[in-house]
Amino acid sequence: MKKVYAREEYCLGCKLCEVYCVTNHSQSKDIIKAYKLEEVTSRIIVETKGAVSFALQCRHCEGSPCVKACITGAMQKDEETGIVDYDEDKCVGCWTCIMACPFGAVKRDEFGNKVISKCDLCAEEGEPACVENCPNAALIFEDREVEEVC
Amino acid sequence: MSLNYNNPEFVIERDQDKCIECRVCARQCANEAHFYDEDLERMREEDINCVNCHRCVTLCPTNALVIKEYPLEYKKNSNWTGGMISNIQKQANTGGILLTGMGNPTDKKIYWDHILLNASQVTNPSIDPLREPMELKTILGRKPDKVEFDEEGKVKDLPPQLELETPIMFGAMSFGSISINACKSLAQAANEMGMMYNTGEGGLHEDLYPYKDRTIVQVASGRFGVHQEYLNAGAAIEIKIGQGAKPGIGGHLPGEKVGEEVSKTRMIPKGTDAISPAPHHDIYSIEDLRQLIYALKEATNYEKPVSVKIAAVHNVAAIASGIASAGADIIAIDGYRGGTGAAPTMIRDNVGIPIELALAAVDSRLREQSLRNKVSLVVSGSIRNSADIVKAVALGADAVYVASAALIALGCHMCQKCYTGKCNWGIATQNPELVKRLNPEIGVERVKNLIEGWSHEIKEILGGMGINALESLRGNRLMLRGIDLTEKELEILGIKHAGE
Repeated sequence: MKKVYAREEYCLGCKLCEVYCVTNHSQSKDIIKAYKLEEVTSRIIVETKGAVSFALQCRHCEGSPCVKACITGAMQKDEETGIVDYDEDKCVGCWTCIMACPFGAVKRDEFGNKVISKCDLCAEEGEPACVENCPNAALIFEDREVEEVC
Repeated sequence: MSLNYNNPEFVIERDQDKCIECRVCARQCANEAHFYDEDLERMREEDINCVNCHRCVTLCPTNALVIKEYPLEYKKNSNWTGGMISNIQKQANTGGILLTGMGNPTDKKIYWDHILLNASQVTNPSIDPLREPMELKTILGRKPDKVEFDEEGKVKDLPPQLELETPIMFGAMSFGSISINACKSLAQAANEMGMMYNTGEGGLHEDLYPYKDRTIVQVASGRFGVHQEYLNAGAAIEIKIGQGAKPGIGGHLPGEKVGEEVSKTRMIPKGTDAISPAPHHDIYSIEDLRQLIYALKEATNYEKPVSVKIAAVHNVAAIASGIASAGADIIAIDGYRGGTGAAPTMIRDNVGIPIELALAAVDSRLREQSLRNKVSLVVSGSIRNSADIVKAVALGADAVYVASAALIALGCHMCQKCYTGKCNWGIATQNPELVKRLNPEIGVERVKNLIEGWSHEIKEILGGMGINALESLRGNRLMLRGIDLTEKELEILGIKHAGE
């Protein structure tokens, strides 16, 4: 399946991917309104230490420990698309998935809601917003035919 | 000293209604002109640190930023301008030389803008380059006095030549002055476009050896990174005598920019200043220059053309004539508007002469002395667009070097702070955090697009003149007319006034 891959050698650590992730997952889809009127948590995480930085998001891995760990069945892996997504209504905010994810790609909602925040590959769009808006082509969306198994 | 008399050069205006506090500006500014104030819970600015490089403006996702000139005015004075006063304040503070980067920005006459091109109307047909073939191929190198063919139909005793698909090359910029990603972008673009790029005086990084057929390797007074393999790694060798931005002095690379890779490539210790001597200490005369030209030809088995690069100075025509007699295959002349990674401001802004006048004078002199076929002429400093190139060719140039324009294509916004090593665009820096901001994959495409666009435009202009090969325009000064020029200027340029 097509996944987002980070090229740390070109990552600026600017975090524009986070900005566009928030915007794309907002109700308004408007960058200023998303930040000023809504409470949206970015689903992509930029890790930075010194000169090294890269953007991390859900690997949609085979085996999906988060799916196995989910106590309510909110987290599911779609058989056809391979996308691991979750149902906000079913989520009770136990955060077991956060503990189970070996990549550290699932995070708590930053605004105190019980739900968690994780990448859905912008499934309804062609290309994820983070990839489309990276100013230095440090994120690419492609099928490397290598399954990350956990 | 307690009080800094200098005021900010620029003011950062932030539209708080648009700012989403994403802090992209703060993360992208190597000069620390933006910061987030935790107490006030908003972004703030340190105007005095801003160099107006537009990195923050370009990356701000909500267009919340505008940079303006600092509005503080000095009492009106045509002699003691604000710039003059602030220069003195800076020196009174530090006791140092005023340093700067990129080309001469002063408002002296730009001759390209006083030269107009011709076009065909009625009496001779213009050519449509989209429908008919148009030739931009340019061949640089010494041409024999007469053409003789051998039994296979090849030209006899033809000295080594450089073949270019378009009359444009990337000017000398060393690895050290610019980043490895900038070097890679230029080298690969030159390779794909059938052009040449020039290593500058910084040696050749091992990652650039694959582009050797498109490389001109430079030998300058510091001899940094020069060895047998290096000389043979390029398609041509260039002896750098001078540079338009700083005639009479050598290259400067501050120790801050000499990291692991630069140190290895230049063969100097890490962190040491790389200060090239002002002259080549083995060249004090044309005869000495001849010795170096032939030493380099000997070292490369007479297989590579040797170019000599000089700055355009008062006696440029006589010097060029000497260089042609000394055995150079190409003469590169850099005008006083040529760029630099670091130069003393006073030298950059006051030394040398305009390239347009130097080119016309050199071409005329070489023709008078029947030396013109013995060398190709390459000009630079500053070629800003395709029309400048066409005018240069009509004045007598064989090709041009472009450097500043190529860097602008890579993202340079002409803030002229290359010498600080803090280039926010990843071009004139060796800081790994900044270098990676220039992705060579994107860089190559941008530079290629520029050259492609310019080449199309050159063809359009040639077609309009009714010429179908650039070769037919070379030295064809009848295609040029001057406006707002004095008799003397027209005489030196060898062109007529508009209306004549």
